[in-house]
Amino acid sequence: MRVILPLPEVLQRETLRALPVMRLSWRHVILLAGLLCLFTIATDAAGNNAVQTGVFTVLARWTPLLLRGFALNILISVLSMAIGTGLGAFLGLALISPDRPLRSTAWGVTQFFRNAPWLVLLFFMIFILPYHLHIGSFKFVLPDWSKAVIGLSLPVMANVAEIVRGGVQSIPNGQWEASESLGFTRHQQLWMIILPQAVRRMLPPWMNLYAILTTSTTLASIVGVNDVVTLAGQVLSAEGSRPDLLAPIYGYVLIMFYIYIYPIAWATRRLEHKYQVHN
Amino acid sequence: MVEALLVIDNLHKRFGQVEVIKGVSLTVGKGEVACIIGPSGSGKSTLIRCVNALVAFEQGSVKVLGIEVNDPKLDKLQLRKHVGMVFQQYNLFPHRTALQNVMMAPIQVLKRNKAEVEAEAYALLKKVRLEGKEHSYPGELSGGQQQRVAIARSLAMKPDLMLFDEVTAALDPETVGEVLITIRQLAEEGMTCVLVTHEMGFAREVANEVYFTDRGVIVEHAPPASFFTNPTDPRTKAFLSQVL
Repeated sequence: MRVILPLPEVLQRETLRALPVMRLSWRHVILLAGLLCLFTIATDAAGNNAVQTGVFTVLARWTPLLLRGFALNILISVLSMAIGTGLGAFLGLALISPDRPLRSTAWGVTQFFRNAPWLVLLFFMIFILPYHLHIGSFKFVLPDWSKAVIGLSLPVMANVAEIVRGGVQSIPNGQWEASESLGFTRHQQLWMIILPQAVRRMLPPWMNLYAILTTSTTLASIVGVNDVVTLAGQVLSAEGSRPDLLAPIYGYVLIMFYIYIYPIAWATRRLEHKYQVHN
Repeated sequence: MVEALLVIDNLHKRFGQVEVIKGVSLTVGKGEVACIIGPSGSGKSTLIRCVNALVAFEQGSVKVLGIEVNDPKLDKLQLRKHVGMVFQQYNLFPHRTALQNVMMAPIQVLKRNKAEVEAEAYALLKKVRLEGKEHSYPGELSGGQQQRVAIARSLAMKPDLMLFDEVTAALDPETVGEVLITIRQLAEEGMTCVLVTHEMGFAREVANEVYFTDRGVIVEHAPPASFFTNPTDPRTKAFLSQVL
């Protein structure tokens, strides 16, 4: 129950910073419920039916394959985060630019991708990007997962842009005034005074975003990428679609995500506390 | 009459429809101390922000050492080399130590030699009696100490004019004194200062001229001796009777 306690605090802070909403604690609840289901059903199945292979044996047999699928989810999340962060940093700086046309354009792009459903963006990318890529005389096959990376990096970009904007604007105006009156140029102010302070504040929401993105990589299964969810479905078919395996196998996938994401969520909370005191 | 360092002539400043400064003129001579007092919202802070071009104004003229601030082609860097400013909220850079706060602008803005600047920064921090605090971060210092770092930081640019915007207003009563001592020391050394302040006693001691502003105009100004004992305008009288 301990994990549920910080809920109001987390929510409050997220409202303050206008972050993408992530109710960590709800996911905990769902995951723990999933865990419970898994083991109830697992023991049940193992006890009642001696003819069929035991649940744990099935899980053990398919673990290498499922882990390979999960590794693809991680790869997609890391690459989308890297691309999205790179583009989002530029977009975020454009959002606070004194140049009006640039700022408005950046605002439009940000709003568009922030409000688009991630799944729709994924479908869009899968169909809009070519199957082959020609560079000079070379011809590459663009794998589906790379299209998923591009599709997911777009909303990440828009969210990172908002994190950058929010981080910069959370720095008190006095910092701009003081550095301006000392003769710093706007460029110097931003890079030497404002951003070093703002980056710390951006880190927790950025990590939050990464956690959301990682869970969302499972959307790639809908567009045909062989990620862990697609593979879990295939494992089920291979085992003859036994209904008693449904919960254990998907529960197993949930636990993989939980084990990967929980430390990130935990570190995020630690950082939030740390910087709250510091600033 | 000493040489005029700051000349403000018929300054008007509007925020949207609201005119917050309605034709202010004042002159501060080299080495003089001018104190601006007045009720909140009378445009005092805006007035001194116009002097170093933190705030743009529509009409009138501000000249610092002959540099016209209300010039579209103004070289702001040139102006700000001459004008230092200290704020109510200190506005130290929290990610840098006291020493780094003092050293940053001379190195980055004036492109001066680091070793030289460092030696001066140590001397400046010593001057504001913060020896031993060079490597403390602002968060580890008291309000009065932070404000003295902020003063040292401004002085590191070797300004000719210092602007103080209610620099003691956010301080605990017991630390106000240590900041005022530092400012008095500066004034005695001949630094030209413009202070927006609520410290009447201090204004009386250090000012050459006291200006009373209300609703965007200078209602009355006089040397402190006559200003505090024989105010002429009824608004000044009412204000002084409330604060003294």
